[in-house]
Amino acid sequence: MSKLYSGAEIVFKCLEDQDVEFIFGYPGGAVLPIYDELKNHSSIKHILVRHEQGAGHAAEGYARSSGKPGVVLVTSGPGATNVVTALTDAYMDSVPLVCISGQVPTHLIGTDAFQECDTTGITRPCTKHNWLVKDIKDLSKIIHEAFLVATTGRPGPVLIDIPKDIQFAKTKYSKLKKEKKINGKLHNKFSQSEIDELINLISKAKKPVIYSGGGVINSGPRASESLREFVRLIGFPITSTLQGLGAFPGDDNQFIGMLGMHGTYEANNAMHDCDLLINIGARFDDRITGKIDEFSPKSKKVHIDIDPSSINKIIKVDLAIVGDVNEVLKAAIKKINKKQNGLKTSNKHNVSKWWEQIQKWRTKDSLGFINSEKTIKPQHAVQRLYELTKNQDTFITTEVGQHQMWAAQHYKFNKPNRWMTSGGLGTMGYGLPAAVGVQIAHPDKLVIDIAGEASVLMTMQEMSTAVQYNLPIKIFILNNQYMGMVRQWQELLHEKNYSESYSEALPDFVKLAEAYGCKGIKADDPNELDDKIKEMLNHDGPVIFDCQVDPNENCFPMIPSGKPHNQMILGPNDKDENKITGKGKALV
Amino acid sequence: MANPKSAYSIPTKKGKLDTHIFVVWVDNESGVLARVVGLFSGRGYNIESLAVAEVDATKNISRITIVTTGTPQVIDQIKLQLKKLVPVHKVADFKREDKKVIFKEMALLKVVGKKKKIEKCIKACKSFNPVILDKTKQSVVIQITALRREIDKMSKKLKPLGLTSTSRTGAIAMTRGSEVFK
Repeated sequence: MSKLYSGAEIVFKCLEDQDVEFIFGYPGGAVLPIYDELKNHSSIKHILVRHEQGAGHAAEGYARSSGKPGVVLVTSGPGATNVVTALTDAYMDSVPLVCISGQVPTHLIGTDAFQECDTTGITRPCTKHNWLVKDIKDLSKIIHEAFLVATTGRPGPVLIDIPKDIQFAKTKYSKLKKEKKINGKLHNKFSQSEIDELINLISKAKKPVIYSGGGVINSGPRASESLREFVRLIGFPITSTLQGLGAFPGDDNQFIGMLGMHGTYEANNAMHDCDLLINIGARFDDRITGKIDEFSPKSKKVHIDIDPSSINKIIKVDLAIVGDVNEVLKAAIKKINKKQNGLKTSNKHNVSKWWEQIQKWRTKDSLGFINSEKTIKPQHAVQRLYELTKNQDTFITTEVGQHQMWAAQHYKFNKPNRWMTSGGLGTMGYGLPAAVGVQIAHPDKLVIDIAGEASVLMTMQEMSTAVQYNLPIKIFILNNQYMGMVRQWQELLHEKNYSESYSEALPDFVKLAEAYGCKGIKADDPNELDDKIKEMLNHDGPVIFDCQVDPNENCFPMIPSGKPHNQMILGPNDKDENKITGKGKALV
Repeated sequence: MANPKSAYSIPTKKGKLDTHIFVVWVDNESGVLARVVGLFSGRGYNIESLAVAEVDATKNISRITIVTTGTPQVIDQIKLQLKKLVPVHKVADFKREDKKVIFKEMALLKVVGKKKKIEKCIKACKSFNPVILDKTKQSVVIQITALRREIDKMSKKLKPLGLTSTSRTGAIAMTRGSEVFK
């Protein structure tokens, strides 16, 4: 008779079979049997966080920077409810997470027992799927299925709720069997005729634009390579969503910047005026589209996505290709190369006028700002950070708000998986724990959280985690003493009624850093900024950098709500110019 | 209209609403109905009726029939979102006007009143396969099977004749002929 294993042992055997190296977690009553077992499995390292939300975001940072699923282990009740924000965040941004939660013993479920909650009920809308294990015999099958669901198709979070008695119960363990398809949920069934139609549209286009998104990153590093080859082959301009940054080099001439609410003038105008729009792995999010009725009104639209439910959800498209981005792009490249080289040359000729137009838009310099000798401008701070770190392989995470947009606008990414930000859910407090996860996955790389002082205080306790594991993360706070994006909206849309957006009694971040046992640096003089940044980079250990910036700076350009792409508010640099020319493009 | 000061876009005008009947084959496991229903409520879709029961005990398959209304875009989304759920095997989507599909709903009608009125009720139900399940001097329970809107009409009609309670199964559907939905 084969050996019997406890539920807790089976959890680890499954994790080993799935090549899991790190678990982000926090112990508690209902997961103690699993924690008991931890010491017997040396290949799996547990990272103790300070709050379960931090475990979730750290696992997200780990997953997004490594391409492997992040694993979270939490207890029942508050452990599970604390991780809900991170699960929802991962669901919105398609990050593969496997969350294992403890549950009260089976016989107590439904009795309002201590630290009981309906975990599968609460997490049902924020996971791809979840399971409550009621029989020890199902446990290994469920865990393996959970990894499959989390990582295939459009990735996302899953949760396995394991009652404490199941963790103790014993059964045989059967090794991971060959992966079987789950209810035909894998979608990579595009046809050659769809590829042919795509090539046909490409060859006819005069004003094309490619709009790529996080799907390219999720499809793996090879997809980014394919994207680069594809875009260079056809010579089209390419813009990217917030999540797609890095898939195409940010400093390449064909890249016209990020699009959307805070996107560049050239990207948004190209979206509006184009005659062919190729969406690769993006989802027509409302921060991207602006007013739906006037979204890219003159274009034929192509949508390449692995998730069939993304097609026609917001924007009706003329050609939908459901499949893995890399596979689709490879098929398209093959087809283009096969066709007589006529396409390449004639096509570039076709779009040359369009490129001239784009160059004109570029001269607006929509990301420009008026720099100052007296105060540090936040955009300047991000630009200096970029200049001083661009020669090494740097990973950037962010919180949510103005600093996030400035980071997206002014930091140039040349590789995928280097940019971790909460886009869909917009979770303040994401960046610090995410940086912890990124540093775990890449111990020798530079990891910086470009943060806002309000956001970072939401999960500041994870500095303690960084110190415990000696993770040299750099928390680069653009401190403007305001919830900056809230203040900006209040200024522009709510008659400058700055209701509750100013943070009084902020901590002294340098002392706070020292209290956590790491280094604190404060900068408020633009002339010292470079030296202070270098000091941060040269310090071998975690740093909190309090960069005191101009509190009144706004993030431009901006598409006001309910407006199409070609009606952007531009920055102060442009205002006077507009008065003279009277073009009325800016609605201030 | 939404406040133009909102950071969100203003709703665009809505398309025409159609009534559709979805038939969903799912693994009969705990929580599966909550997943399907939660999808509808979470995404703001409408459920007009819902019928569910296990149809294959060996394979553990339940069949859920949902009547809903929505714009063509919403109907398309419902189908695609349902297909993404892990325990969902297949999803069929029929327009209410589809001639190739049979739609039926069963209702139990309790009428309380004088004999004359009760007789009148039974007579009114004639074209809907009435079955008398229970009869006393003052009451009758009639089972009818009909289309949704026919039952709607009947309950309206029988109200003044002493209809006191109505219980309905919600519509179920099946294709005509030898064809089986795959």
